[in-house]
Formats: sequence, C-alpha cells, structure tokens
Amino acid sequence: MKFGVVRFPGSCDEVDAQLAASRVGEAVLLWHAERDLGRIDVVVVPGGFSYGDYLRPGAIARFAPVMDAIAEFARAGGPVLGICNGFQVLCEAGMLPGALLPNRGLRFVCRQPGVRVESTASPFTAALAVGERLSIPVKHTTGCYWAPEHQLDRLEAENRVVLRYCPGQNPNGSMRDIAGVCNEAGNVMGLMPHPEHAVDQLTGSADGLRLFESVAQALAPVAA
Amino acid sequence: MSAVAPVAEPERQALPGLAGAQALGLTEDEYALIGQKLGREPNLVELAMFSLLWSEHCAYKHSRRLLATLPSAGERLVMGPGENAGAVDVGGGLAVAFKVESHNHPSAVEPFQGAATGVGGILRDVFAVGARPIAVLDSLRFGDPSSERSRYLLDRAVAGIGHYGNSIGVPTVGGEVYFEEPYEQNCLVNAMCIGLAPRERLIRSAAAGPGNVVVLLGASTGRDGIGGASVLASAELGEGDAAKRPSVQIGDPFAEKKLLECCLELLERGLLVALQDLGAAGLTSSAAEMASKGGVGVEIDVARVPLREPGMEPFEIMISESQERMLCVVAPRRLDEVLGLCARWETQATAIGTITDSGRFRVLSDGAVVGDVPIGALVDDCPLYDLSPRPPGAQVYPAPAARLTDADPGESLLALLSCPNLASRRPLFEQYDCLVGSRTVCRPEQADAAVLRLPAREDAPRPAIATSIDCNGRRVACDPRSGTREAVLECAANLACVGAEPLGLTNCLNFGNPEKALVAWQLTEAVGGLGEACRALGIPVVGGNVSLYNEAGEGPIYPTPVVGMVGELPDAARAGGLAFARAGDGIALVGPFAPALAASELARLRGEALPGGLPAAEVAAVVAAQAAVRAAVRAGVVTSAHDVAEGGLAVALAECCLAGGVGAQVSLAGRPGGGPDEALFGEGPGGFVLSGPDDALRALAAGATPVAIIGRVGGERLRIEHEGEEVVDLAVGRLAEAHRTLEALFS
Repeated sequence: MKFGVVRFPGSCDEVDAQLAASRVGEAVLLWHAERDLGRIDVVVVPGGFSYGDYLRPGAIARFAPVMDAIAEFARAGGPVLGICNGFQVLCEAGMLPGALLPNRGLRFVCRQPGVRVESTASPFTAALAVGERLSIPVKHTTGCYWAPEHQLDRLEAENRVVLRYCPGQNPNGSMRDIAGVCNEAGNVMGLMPHPEHAVDQLTGSADGLRLFESVAQALAPVAA
Repeated sequence: MSAVAPVAEPERQALPGLAGAQALGLTEDEYALIGQKLGREPNLVELAMFSLLWSEHCAYKHSRRLLATLPSAGERLVMGPGENAGAVDVGGGLAVAFKVESHNHPSAVEPFQGAATGVGGILRDVFAVGARPIAVLDSLRFGDPSSERSRYLLDRAVAGIGHYGNSIGVPTVGGEVYFEEPYEQNCLVNAMCIGLAPRERLIRSAAAGPGNVVVLLGASTGRDGIGGASVLASAELGEGDAAKRPSVQIGDPFAEKKLLECCLELLERGLLVALQDLGAAGLTSSAAEMASKGGVGVEIDVARVPLREPGMEPFEIMISESQERMLCVVAPRRLDEVLGLCARWETQATAIGTITDSGRFRVLSDGAVVGDVPIGALVDDCPLYDLSPRPPGAQVYPAPAARLTDADPGESLLALLSCPNLASRRPLFEQYDCLVGSRTVCRPEQADAAVLRLPAREDAPRPAIATSIDCNGRRVACDPRSGTREAVLECAANLACVGAEPLGLTNCLNFGNPEKALVAWQLTEAVGGLGEACRALGIPVVGGNVSLYNEAGEGPIYPTPVVGMVGELPDAARAGGLAFARAGDGIALVGPFAPALAASELARLRGEALPGGLPAAEVAAVVAAQAAVRAAVRAGVVTSAHDVAEGGLAVALAECCLAGGVGAQVSLAGRPGGGPDEALFGEGPGGFVLSGPDDALRALAAGATPVAIIGRVGGERLRIEHEGEEVVDLAVGRLAEAHRTLEALFS
C-alpha cells in the first residue's frame, strides 16, 4: 500500500498529507516535473498554493508534467484524492466536475466545520457510513463549490456528492453545501476540507484519518 | 574577478557632498566622519551604503548601549543576539530559533504589502539560520476602530499577514491586537517567527574563505523599497507619506516558498559556508554584515545582479530592498551543485562576487570599481548616541475618550467584553491558517498560549513548545519600567497556563523619537524593566528589533516593548486549555493578585486619565505563582487555567465560560473599601483562574502561593456575588453576543 503525494512548487500541505498517509501505509512525494509516478497505489494531490495560485488556483498546476501521469493513473481506475488546492487542480484538469470560486465572504477562512458523509461510492468513503458526521478543518480563500444546476442534479442522482457541510456550517457558500465530490467511476475524489489535518486527537480531531483508512481497506485485497 | 585599479570613479562622477548626505538622513558630523574613514569624500554609491548602514534601523545607534544591559546568556541558549535570529535548545538534538520584528512604517503607508512583507522578512530571518519556520505570531496596534483609517489599516494588515503566511505554508498560531488613539496615525505591525532545526544544522551568517563565491538567490532586483530603512523606518511619519509608497516593498510568497525550500535543502546537503537574508538595506547590509562577522572582505559586481528593470544605477542595486532574496557563500567546487539545486526549485541563483581578504567592501560595475569602503567603517564605526532621558513632570498622554458612564457591574462586564481590546479575535484569526505543519495542539482562543508539538523522543513521547506575544502599551505609558516588567510576566503567565516553562524571549521595542527626552526616558526605563523581569525568570533575551521614530503629528505612540516568549512542556496532551469544561468543578483564584482600577481597561472605557505610575508588582511572588500553576497543569490535575489580564477577574471568568460554553457561580470578597468594580475589573499581574476538583485546587496552596476557591462551574449563566450581594447575572449566550463585536469590522 503506497501513497504518492504530489509536490508542486508552492504546495504547502504535502508533507502533512504524507504524514497522514504514512499512518496507514507507505507514502512518498511525487515531484511535479516527473512524468513517471513509479509504483504507487493511491495519488494525493495536496493543498497549498501550487505555482502561487497565479492566474487562478489550479490553472497552472493542471499543466504540470506529473498531471498527465495522474490522469492516466485515474483512467486505469487508480484512486486519486484532491485536497483543497488539489481539488481545484483536479477540477481545472477536467478530472472532476464543477469549479471552485472565491468564498462568499471573499476572505480566507480557517475553521473546523462538521462534514456529513453523503456517499460511499468513493474508495475514500467506502468504509464509512452515509450520515456519519466528521469534524475536519477547512482553510482556503477559493472553496465555494459551483456547478450548473443540472449538473448538480446529476451529481446528486448519481450519488457523487460525497461530503456536505453540516447544516449552518457551510464556510464558503458552496452550492448545496457540497464539500466533496467524485468522478463518475468514483475513484477520483476532491474535497475542500483537509483530512490530513484531522488524523490525531491531539491536534483537534482524528476523523480525517478515516478517509485514508478507507482507501487502504478498499485496496487491501488488491495489494495483498 | 579581475584585479581592480584604485578608485577612479569619484573623479568621474559628481560627488553628492554634504547636501546629498543630509538628503539621505545623515548628519553633518556623520558625513565628516565618513570622509575621515575613507580619507576622501564618498561618491554616491558609498554614501548610499553608509546612509543605510548608519541609519537607526540598521545601526541601532540610539539603542545599542541600552540593549547591551539585557541578559543574553543562558544554559539553553544556542544562538544569541547578533545573528539573524536567536535560538534555544529544546532537547532531542533540536533547537528553536525565533525573532520578532517590526514593519510599522511600511504598514502605515501601505498596510497590505507592509504587513505581508513584514511576515516575509521575519520568515527569512529564521530560515537564514537554517531553521524551518513552523509558526508566525503577530502583534498589532491601531487607533480606535471608530476611525475609518484604523478600520482600513486593520482590514488590510490582517489580509496581508494572512496572504503571506497562508500562501507560504507557515501557520499563524497566535497574536494580539490593541486599539488605542495614540496609534491612529502610526500603527504597529510586528511579526514573530519560530523555526525548528536540528541543533547542528543551525548556520551562522559569518562569511569565510577568501576565494569563495558570493551567490545571490531568489528574486530579481528592482527599484522597490529603495531607502526603506532610512526613509521609512528611521524618521517620523508625516504629511506626504503616500508619496513614500514606492519605498514599500512588494511581497511574493510563492517566490519565498521556493526560496525557503531551496535554502533548507542547500543547508541539509551541507553546500553553504554562510547564509544571510536580504532585508533592510538589501545587498549592502547583508554582504557587509556577513563579511564583518567573518573578518573578511567582499567584492560584488552589480552588473551581474539580475535586474527587474533596465537602467538601474549601481547605488540603486546596492540598496534595493526587493523581497525574497538571500545571499550565500559557496566554495567554488560546490558552485555547480548549488546552481543545479536552485534550478530544480526554480529559484534564480547568480554568482555576483567573491570573498576577499582585504577587509574592504568593493562594489564593481562590469569590473570597474564604483565604490570601495572598509567593512569596519560601514558596520562598526557608526557613531553611537547616548540618550538624554528626562522623566516627564506629568502624564503626557491625554485621557482616552469616555465611552462608559454610570454602569452597574453587569453592564460594565458587557461593555468590556464588547470593547475592541477584549472582544473575540475570531474574525481575525480565522483569516489565518493555524494548522499547516501538523504541529498545532492549542489553537487561538483555546488556551492562553499557542502549543506546537515537537517530534517524539525516547524520554518524552509528546514534547511541545508554547509561545505567546504580549504588551499592554497603555500600562507601559503609565510606567515604562513596571509596564514592561508586566509584559514579560504576562507572557510567562500565558506559558504557565499551558504548562510551559520559559526558555527565552525576543522583543521589539516600538517607541517614538529617541532624540526627545521623554522617549529616551521611556526607552531607558523599559529596557531596565525588561532586564529585571528576564533575570527574575532566569531567561535570556535571544535577539530582537528596535523600531524608533514611531510618531506622527500628534506625538509619540504609547511606548510598546512587544515581548515574544518561547517555552517548553514535556507532554502536549496535558497542555492546559482555558475553557471551563466540567460542571461541578471548583474555581480558584490563584496567585498574589492585587487588583487596581487605575490604568485598567475599565478606567479606559470611563475616560479616566492615565496614572503616572503603576503599583510595583512583587515579581518573585508572581514568578512563584506561575511555577505552581505550571506544575498543576503539567500534573494534569486541573481542568483549565487562564491568567487574569485586561478587564480583570470578571472578564477572565467570562472568557473561561465562553470558551467552554458553560456558566459559573462565583463569590468574591473584595479589599476592605475596594468596592465591586475593583474586585471584578481591577488589573495587575499575578492572578490566575483555575478550575478542577477542589482537592487539586487546594493542593496548590502547599507553597507560599495564595489560593482561594471562589466558585463552581455549571449552569448557563455567569453569576458573581461581591460581599454576599449578587452584582452580575448574565446568560453565557449574552456574553457571547457581546464578545462578537469585531465581526462587524470584517463583514
């Protein structure tokens, strides 16, 4: 079980994601300029400000050489988790539907909202139960999830809204309180909350670790 | 670099002369001294270099003698004053480097970039010593938020701090902000950074090895920030400051993030001889300081410096304060490896000069000498000035505007909780990432100090450090010596509440114009108080910064010696929170607390004049009480610990209730004749509110520290009796509503 965590220039949470993943498996950093992922089982596209978030968050990172390899990995069914900036990158790359807009309040917000599990269609939530409430922090300026209404209807119908902010705790104005979504096949998931910052009760919550455990469990028979 | 001919340049270019020197902020005597040191008149390049290195900001010419009186040695000290940042040993082979620095005048002129580059600058100071920045704290002062200018400065400074810290991936874990009229024109923006490094990897800035290459890392050099140190930092603010906006640097956290990772990797691989950041006075200051510390000379060819715009003059290149640049010294055989690693991090790296054994700073332009000065003259020979302190006959600061009249204790408590100095800081700190790095154990408003875990080690599974930054400028204005002592004790009290023992402190002395007798007196007294408190706590000053000339038309700011402290605790899992948490817990007032209304927050709301002095604290007794609280928290026997600060005991109790979302019933006996306001809202050092089982609280009294059980946690209301009479009865929800007033400033 090996996680590969992408490191773009400007990534900030890649070492934290590596630390979190290493609680359930091996975890290595993937350099943005590499075209070969090596032998890995899960890709994490981490938070931060890849390429300074210049132009628009994720807009430059999607062109990084490593992204071609990640798209290929995802097409083959490999699990990919985009966290915060990683979510923005995956949306820009067309690997996830919708877009992330500036927060409704137009300010950076660092907060610990409740997040409800809405779907177990992704390997990252397969081991969780729909309706479970997780406490996972958010920290971003551009986290307002947006998609056209018909696409939102479709996402909901296809069980692809994976996480929602608990009622009254939407920190950024995301449509329909959406905190995380997945692709059609379910193997690519993006979320604005930071599960890697919720892996130890000592630093506030261990609920985010469940996502890493879930994907490890989902892959266990394959890896064994 | 080719051998150079003796200076021919002065003959070819017009010399700036005395008028030029004065325009750059030098005095007639200083100009004469420069001529004497050079044996001739300086040319423009040389004069520009002197004007910056001999500025207050770089040379500490009014404060150096005073600062020398501060204790700077200690068992745990690894690196003291004089380096880019000081450092203390935290066990397990690790050291923690930290420093606080001001960016006041740039922030007063352009708050977003001023604050952002303040953070960028202090981060560079810390990674320049080889430590990875792991936390930022900030200390801010503005005028009353009823003024549009103050709201603008607050909003943009907070956004700037967040922009830089969040983008570079260093958590902002704590800070403080006060709103007082004397900061209306001259706001204060101080930023503190804490870094972590294996002890043996800390690097000093002393250049060594003639023949070694001087490499400039990072951003290209532009015309931004020309003369920032002399134009902005070493003079009073005044009319036409908007025209100084070009003196404010522009920050690029992305460039600095790459630079940071690149420098840390260069150090990890042992590729550097020395490293230094480029801050105030740019290339001039960093190269001169590196050479001075190493007792060597340096040659820089400005034609090799990558420029952001064409046509820059040599003197502009030498003094530009363009951000996100570092200077390092590399052995020639490692140069290719260094350049290769920099390319990988997309960080520009250019060999721009050489270390020499001449003891001189030579500036070349395409090989031709355009400046040549002895390093010693630049760095060490700036004349130092003795202050002429004179205590004022009467209080010079006007009484604050009255905002509260005829209030009963309940109304006073609500007014205090909602006043900008005491209201919840949530609308500010939510704009900062406090989590990145996976170390943050105590977040803002959870505990009196921020707590960051360190890597586990054999003898301690969860070691941690704690940090706090503090200063109540109004109390310092009343009594610079006692007020500064209180600021140090307050920081140590914050640390005690999470179970941490102080290891060292850094300070930023924000004062007015030191050439004025009053300010000279404030500065002298404050530094005296700082030293006394450090000696009482047994901790060194590891470094700091002095920011003088903080005045605008209306006179000096409140003297504001901001203190940042770092301590250690053995077990992060036992880090004390401030929240009342368990119904039925006893509440104890611990420590030699002698509340007084003079100079209190309530007195400010009532518009009372500042007193000309503060009651002298029993420092030894306060330090003993801190030790008792620290021991109880470390033993894990109490539920919460919070120190009594602004707003007095009632506000401390309310904060414990708010943090826990639970009420409390408290019964107070006051000083005979003191009245309820003094008991509830009086201030002074040495008081703590602890909650926990009664026997654990009583056990605190085993030493000489006074302990009184004053109430019990529970219910949904805060009820306070004074001498048997109920004086406060408020729902916790009502307290919370009052506490939220700052939200309106950010909506």
